[in-house]
Amino acid sequence: MVATPKIVIDRLSIQYDDGTESLRDVSIEILANEVTVLFGPAGGGKSTLLRALNRLTDLVPRTHITGRILLDGEDVLADGVDVVRLRRRVGMVFAQPIPLPMSVRQNVIYGLELAGEKRKSRLDEAMEQGLRAAALWDEVKDRLHDPASALSGGQQQRLCLARVLALEPEVILLDEPTSGLDPISTGKVEASLQDLKQAYTVVIVPHSIQQAARIADRAAFFLQGELIEYASGKTIFTAPKDKRTEDYVTGRFG
Amino acid sequence: MTPRNLREVVIESLVRAAGYSAVVFVGLIFFFLLREGLPGFAEVSLPALFGSRWYPTEGHYGLLPLIGGSLVVTLGAAAIAVPFGLATAIFISEIAPRWAREILKPLVEILGGLPSVVLGFLGVLVLAPFMRVLLNLPTGLTAFTGSVLLAGMAIPTLVSVAEDALDAVPRNYRDAAVALGASEWQTIWRVTLPAARSGVLTAVMLGIGRAIGETMTVMMVTGNAARLPTTPNSLFLPIRTMTATIAAEMGEVANGSTHYHVLFVIGIVLFVISFIVNLAAGAVVFRRPKRAERVLS
Ligand SMILES: Nc1ncnc2c1ncn2[C@@H]1O[C@H](COP(=O)(O)OP(=O)(O)OP(=O)(O)O)[C@@H](O)[C@H]1O
Ligand SMILES: [Mg+2]
Repeated sequence: MVATPKIVIDRLSIQYDDGTESLRDVSIEILANEVTVLFGPAGGGKSTLLRALNRLTDLVPRTHITGRILLDGEDVLADGVDVVRLRRRVGMVFAQPIPLPMSVRQNVIYGLELAGEKRKSRLDEAMEQGLRAAALWDEVKDRLHDPASALSGGQQQRLCLARVLALEPEVILLDEPTSGLDPISTGKVEASLQDLKQAYTVVIVPHSIQQAARIADRAAFFLQGELIEYASGKTIFTAPKDKRTEDYVTGRFG
Repeated sequence: MTPRNLREVVIESLVRAAGYSAVVFVGLIFFFLLREGLPGFAEVSLPALFGSRWYPTEGHYGLLPLIGGSLVVTLGAAAIAVPFGLATAIFISEIAPRWAREILKPLVEILGGLPSVVLGFLGVLVLAPFMRVLLNLPTGLTAFTGSVLLAGMAIPTLVSVAEDALDAVPRNYRDAAVALGASEWQTIWRVTLPAARSGVLTAVMLGIGRAIGETMTVMMVTGNAARLPTTPNSLFLPIRTMTATIAAEMGEVANGSTHYHVLFVIGIVLFVISFIVNLAAGAVVFRRPKRAERVLS
């Protein structure tokens, strides 16, 4: 059975204003209900690619983008795309947990409020659902009105995940979501990813090769803006085809 | 004691001395004010001091018109400066393209450095006649003219401090809000501004602080009629502030006369007002974490 890809990236190149070519002619197909891992050394363009997927690249003035990114067949880079709606469909969790300057509850329902949801029952329901899916509900259910900054780092990061999940997106992008977390919190986040992929398309930049190998259904190796190899996780981490991929995953790489 | 330790001790005591000397100076100023002003309380009864007529030559020493004048001008200035200043700061920090920011920031800072006499001149020669014609008033030298000019002085301070505070909000916050589907404006209003709250409040306080203490400009453009502002349209009539009164009359009074002592009473009132404003500002700004928690819950 050949699944239709959720996201098709077609000959994508991204160049920043200062001339940095962050991505060069990258083409990937990302499948629904899988965890797709983007990995490689620093500066390879992984974050840039994630940010392009929900048009956060718009925030950097004069970024030059060519190619196409199709989400369910529609080009998200086209002019006239409703980026607010796009960002609701394609949620993002960042490397540092960034609780907004509000309470725990408000953080989780903020996106929905922005979307115009006013019914309290609906907001509460989405909040609980998001917090449960991010494995955070039990820890914060009694402190929903505390400022989010009072949570621990690991809790804050799961809060950021909950905030995205409460919007019921279709795709979840995670950029090194566990880089600041202890192993136990990391374990919790990784475990929730495995649940999440039942319902969502998950694209993640892991914070280590070990993590990449643990969670990847499919993995893409990036080196200085180029896609070197893209294959199932098993293939890439046990029998990579490209010499450079092999060097990197076996730790023989700078 | 090792030389290194000695150096530490010397530097530390110098810093401490500098810190304490600030307190001592404020104390001395207050002491001096009290010494010169207290006789005023003996020579003029309290009810008379709170009278509504200021005619020193005829023995009327009512401070209310002066306090009222200062209040009207300052509140008017705040009402103009805060929205304009914040909007400008938001524009420069969040909305303007980079080239515009690079022009606007230094421009604002230069404006902030203008001597107040220059602004006063502009007020007398340009703004006051303009107001007179525009609002069809008998004279353009009014409280409102003073407010506009004071706002002009407060705005540069307010803008540059508020802009720094907004700029210091980590990019991440904006990314996070935008990624949740916030528009540019929603991000500014719900995320960037609250995150910069303490800095923005400091900016407002510093800006208004500059307006309260200002003398020269106000003396030049408010008409200097010591009448009690009672109705809203007092804003468009001449008034006189406390600072202007001291500056204008101090040179003419006989040392040690009742008039002289009462001018120092005005000084004491000003001192107390600015002390209270500063305390309030400090309470707002420094209690921020707790306050934030209360606001949030
Ligand atoms: N806003 C920007 N302006 C200019 N250049 C940028 C910008 N953001 C990223 N770059 C450049 O683009 C290239 C790719 O950066 P990117 O952040 O996508 O890498 P990455 O693979 O995520 O690296 P890391 O593992 O360190 O997070 C780098 O050379 C970087 O310097
Ligand atoms: Mg990155």
